[in-house]
Amino acid sequence: MRDARGDIRQLPGLRLWLSGGWLLLLVLAAIFAPMLSPHDPLEQDLFAARLPPFWEQGADPAYLLGTDSLGRDLLSRMLYGARLALTVALVAGTLTCLVGATLGLIAGYYRGWADLVISRLVDIWMAFPPVLFAILLIAVLGTGLTSIIIAIVVIDWTRFSRVVRAEAMSQGAMDYVASAQVAGRSRLGIALAEILPNVLPTIVALLTLEMGIAVIVEAILSFVNLSISTDEPTWGGMIAEGRTSIYQAWWVLVFPLFALFLTVLSFSQLGEGLKEYFDPVLR
Amino acid sequence: MSYLSIQDLSVRLRNGLPLLRKVSLDVKAGEVRALVGESGAGKSMIGKAVLGILPRAVRLTGGKILLDGEDLLALPPKTRRQRIGAKAALIPQDPLTALNPSRRIGPQITDRLVDILGWKRPEAEARALELLEEVHIQSPGRVMKSYPHELSGGMRQRILIASAFAAEPKLIIADEPTTALDVTVQKQILKLIREMQERHQTALLFVTHDLGVVSKISQSLSVLYAGKVIEDTDVRAFFDAPRHAYSKALLAATPKYTDPDGSLMPVPDNIIAAVEREVAAFDAQMNE
Ligand SMILES: Nc1ncnc2c1ncn2[C@@H]1O[C@H](COP(=O)(O)OP(=O)(O)OP(=O)(O)O)[C@@H](O)[C@H]1O
Ligand SMILES: [Mg+2]
Repeated sequence: MRDARGDIRQLPGLRLWLSGGWLLLLVLAAIFAPMLSPHDPLEQDLFAARLPPFWEQGADPAYLLGTDSLGRDLLSRMLYGARLALTVALVAGTLTCLVGATLGLIAGYYRGWADLVISRLVDIWMAFPPVLFAILLIAVLGTGLTSIIIAIVVIDWTRFSRVVRAEAMSQGAMDYVASAQVAGRSRLGIALAEILPNVLPTIVALLTLEMGIAVIVEAILSFVNLSISTDEPTWGGMIAEGRTSIYQAWWVLVFPLFALFLTVLSFSQLGEGLKEYFDPVLR
Repeated sequence: MSYLSIQDLSVRLRNGLPLLRKVSLDVKAGEVRALVGESGAGKSMIGKAVLGILPRAVRLTGGKILLDGEDLLALPPKTRRQRIGAKAALIPQDPLTALNPSRRIGPQITDRLVDILGWKRPEAEARALELLEEVHIQSPGRVMKSYPHELSGGMRQRILIASAFAAEPKLIIADEPTTALDVTVQKQILKLIREMQERHQTALLFVTHDLGVVSKISQSLSVLYAGKVIEDTDVRAFFDAPRHAYSKALLAATPKYTDPDGSLMPVPDNIIAAVEREVAAFDAQMNE
């Protein structure tokens, strides 16, 4: 019995290490992209087009992961793509979290008319199909990094507010909240010092999940060419280009797709692991 | 001189359904009053009304609550909160949900001292250690650093008692403080509450549905049925000769007072019907 429990407790640790490791690697890649990149990510060389990755016949060791149909170095493009992906993940994820969690906390703890308004807003929001909503927003805001971030925040805050509201509500009914009230704590004090710490593990899990989602959204928007200017290297853009030459040069599609997949998976696993790590009862 | 005086307190659900029907009840300084009644009678609601923590779905529709001679309901909300925080405290029923699971024990005890009485952290911590010793907790230093889930139910209830007495309130409302604990621990906790109450000379409103406990801890007693006080007396008189038919039946339903064969006598249907009629008549009179 004890041993089985021990095994389960090992798992979040491993999960944290693997996902955290990949993300750390990515952060380093993004920060040091200019130094690490063997080539200019935009530089075209039509004589070196569709070179395969290093282990295949006919590879050029100067292009480790090969080149795309315009002869641009895949590795360099992926490193620069990581910059954009991570910027969107961090900024959009954090902002979405701040907006959504704050509204959820207000609705769930203060209840009353604030809850009425916020919950109604959430209902209306949920009625929009998110991808359509995103494309519509980009059409209005114009393409560019800021637009993507705004679009993600505007679309996804409900993900936080719904969950945080429900949790804040159930925490608010606990006796410890009543005791704090009797002890003369203000409502704001209770919301921040008593309720928030109990909802935090969930918020952290949602936050990392949201970062993964932001990466996907950015990739989708790049894929349909609504993201940044067309020649800026993005994973989504690379996937879109790779799709057209999948039979001649599979690597152009597979490498960015793999990076995207690993990144999104890592964010969600990191969230789960952190949630267990933060929860004093599970810890 | 009553430290807590509740006069004609009425509480209703927002849809108008009465939960407390003109409840009047006094607790003298340093006195222990028991509040008994079956589940749903409104015992907890009285405590919540006094402490200003009525649930959202519920509204206070009439009456007065005097704490230390001051009409609480006439005070502005902020002042009221401060008065209650400084003069009254709650020992809750369920030690599991009454401590914040994600905060260490220490700050949960010292908060009140720091927030309400404006103590410095180190002083408050020293006081918390003292209090934990007073409720017979071994190695209080370690307990202060623990999270609630690391401690047993009995330990947590001791901590809640310590915490209730921390700011030296002169009124404590204990809402079935032993119900969630197992029998052996119940006895210790009950003894501890009485010990603390005597030492600190606090007025205590002790909510319970166990008449066996009432005789051990309290001097006076209010019996509540359907949100109405049907008997208000001192304990000796009650156990000698309860006046109300419902109280008699309640007494007969308490294990200690049953036949030697241990069979429990439930409150007979005709007596329930009679109290129900009484309450209905009271409501009709109110609505006139
Ligand atoms: N949050 C709430 N919203 C609406 N009604 C409530 C709420 N809490 C309690 N009530 C109702 O108020 C009445 C009195 O409840 P209260 O909790 O005071 O009973 P009690 O005497 O303490 O019972 P118990 O012995 O089970 O604790 C009950 O009929 C209950 O259904
Ligand atoms: Mg109750």
